[in-house]
Amino acid sequence: MSALGLFNYWAVIFLMMVGFYTLIARGNLIKKIIGLNIFQTSVFILYITMGKITGGTAPIFIEGGRDVVYSNPIPHVLILTAIVVGVATSAVGLSLVIRIKEAYGTIEEDEIEDESL
Amino acid sequence: MSHHLPVLLVVVPLVAAPVVALLNRPRISWAVAVAVTLWVLYAALALLSQTMVDGEIHYALGGWVAPYGIEYVVDPVNAWVIVIVALIGALVTPYARMSVKREISEDRIPLFYAAFILCLTGLLGIAVTGDVFNVFVFLEISSLSAYALIALGKDRRALTASFQYLIMGSVGATFIVIGIGLMYVMTGTLNMADLADRLPEVASTRTIPVAFTFLTVGITLKLALFPLHLWLPNAYTYAPSAVTVFIASTATKVAVYLLLRFFFTIFGATFSFDVMQLDRILMPLALVAILTMSLVAIYQENVKRLLAYSSIAQIGYIVLGISLASVLGLTAGILHLFNHALMKGALFMSMGCVMYRVGSVRLERMGGLGRAMPWTMAAFVVGGLSLIGAPLTVGFISKWYLVQAALEQGMWPVAGVVLLGSLLALMYVWKVIEVAYFREVDPELGITEAPLSLLAPTWVLALSNVYFGIDASRTVGIATRAAELLLGVL
Repeated sequence: MSALGLFNYWAVIFLMMVGFYTLIARGNLIKKIIGLNIFQTSVFILYITMGKITGGTAPIFIEGGRDVVYSNPIPHVLILTAIVVGVATSAVGLSLVIRIKEAYGTIEEDEIEDESL
Repeated sequence: MSHHLPVLLVVVPLVAAPVVALLNRPRISWAVAVAVTLWVLYAALALLSQTMVDGEIHYALGGWVAPYGIEYVVDPVNAWVIVIVALIGALVTPYARMSVKREISEDRIPLFYAAFILCLTGLLGIAVTGDVFNVFVFLEISSLSAYALIALGKDRRALTASFQYLIMGSVGATFIVIGIGLMYVMTGTLNMADLADRLPEVASTRTIPVAFTFLTVGITLKLALFPLHLWLPNAYTYAPSAVTVFIASTATKVAVYLLLRFFFTIFGATFSFDVMQLDRILMPLALVAILTMSLVAIYQENVKRLLAYSSIAQIGYIVLGISLASVLGLTAGILHLFNHALMKGALFMSMGCVMYRVGSVRLERMGGLGRAMPWTMAAFVVGGLSLIGAPLTVGFISKWYLVQAALEQGMWPVAGVVLLGSLLALMYVWKVIEVAYFREVDPELGITEAPLSLLAPTWVLALSNVYFGIDASRTVGIATRAAELLLGVL
């Protein structure tokens, strides 16, 4: 497959690195969660790309269509679950950020560390 | 009924969790939680005895036959892990009533029990399932509830500890999903047994080693193998006492089980250790973990933190046994799973008793506690002896097998590190004992012994340290059987 044919996979790698970098390098807790979200989204795209079959149609059973090629629906189903998990993780993470803000008065990691000393 | 046990093991606590939250009365929620954990313990023991007699138990969810449907499989390996989780769960819930009353505000107590049962559900689910994507779902159920539980700690640093764990834990879980996805794209299956059949055909592609790498990093992050342990010390230190006991004795153990399942059952020992040479990564990291983390533990002033660093070192022992990839080495690792749960359970429970009476577990506040709280500190001494590996305790049994396994392969330096680790453990355990027994107690504080409902579970664990240290035939028997099964020599 040509490099262009792998476009989705390049996008996945790019998003994954952007998310991972944000997660590590940013000290702001909200930005960390945004990084985590981008990181997880790249995996969603990875799965959905895997499920695509060249020339395949939506996996809805067609009466009498014996030669019809369907895309693989399982990665879509799996990723629906993963999206729910991602939303739950963000919700827990954001609610923790709110409580950290209440307790420390800041959501910057270095300022929290200064406070803790 | 007994036919449906594998699925009921997960469904009963899963349904109980919202019920506990809706009842919304501290006492009733607690009573339901106790009933559920006791039932889970019964189911776990029934499954273990059944699988030791009949071999593997298969359960097809909703009647969809594997590999198309999700399948639950129970064999001696995961039955063993399920029993560990269930046992600790059934001891922590009675313990939690008094401990939680002191450490968590009253309106949050029912929610605490709901999150606790959800965490238990997730851990049991990871162990019982035979489907790799299901593993991820349960992993997130247990992790998300664990973040909530840790954040309930009184100290505000519990919040940052929980956030740090959330970020690192989610990265670990996402790495596992990437690994699972790459395996799926090459084989078209998510069933563990089916994957094991199909992977050898595609093992020489580039995708499978990449999947293997993602899984290795993700799982070792979850089990806190050095240097991916950074989330652990704060999480254990600032969580409520009952939560620390539960998470320290079960969460990392279940992650170790995942390591065993993925690398031995799914990829196979030949691929993991001969082709990918996993032992060359795991063994040095395990040895470094044992030495450095034991050294760091010596310098801690907060006893919960001290025990947390010791936990990372103990995980090093477990991983060391696994990295030897022999029947004896795996037996030692699997044995230490159970034994470490017993000793750390007892130690963290005794610290929960100290927290209840003294309100702190810092060393400077613990002077003379050996006289003020004789039973609590005696339980700590028993757990500490076990941690060091003194004869007649379970710690000795694990170390004995580990040293034997190292010597079997002619690795004298490795055996030396194991013994040196014991010496370092002696130093940090002694540090606590010295403060508790050789300093004068401040009579003005009026510290008395912890209540019976805290002491009873603590002593059940402390005495099991001794019981399974004297009569290890049953635990060694199950661990050996599990090791043989994983290596396929049965």
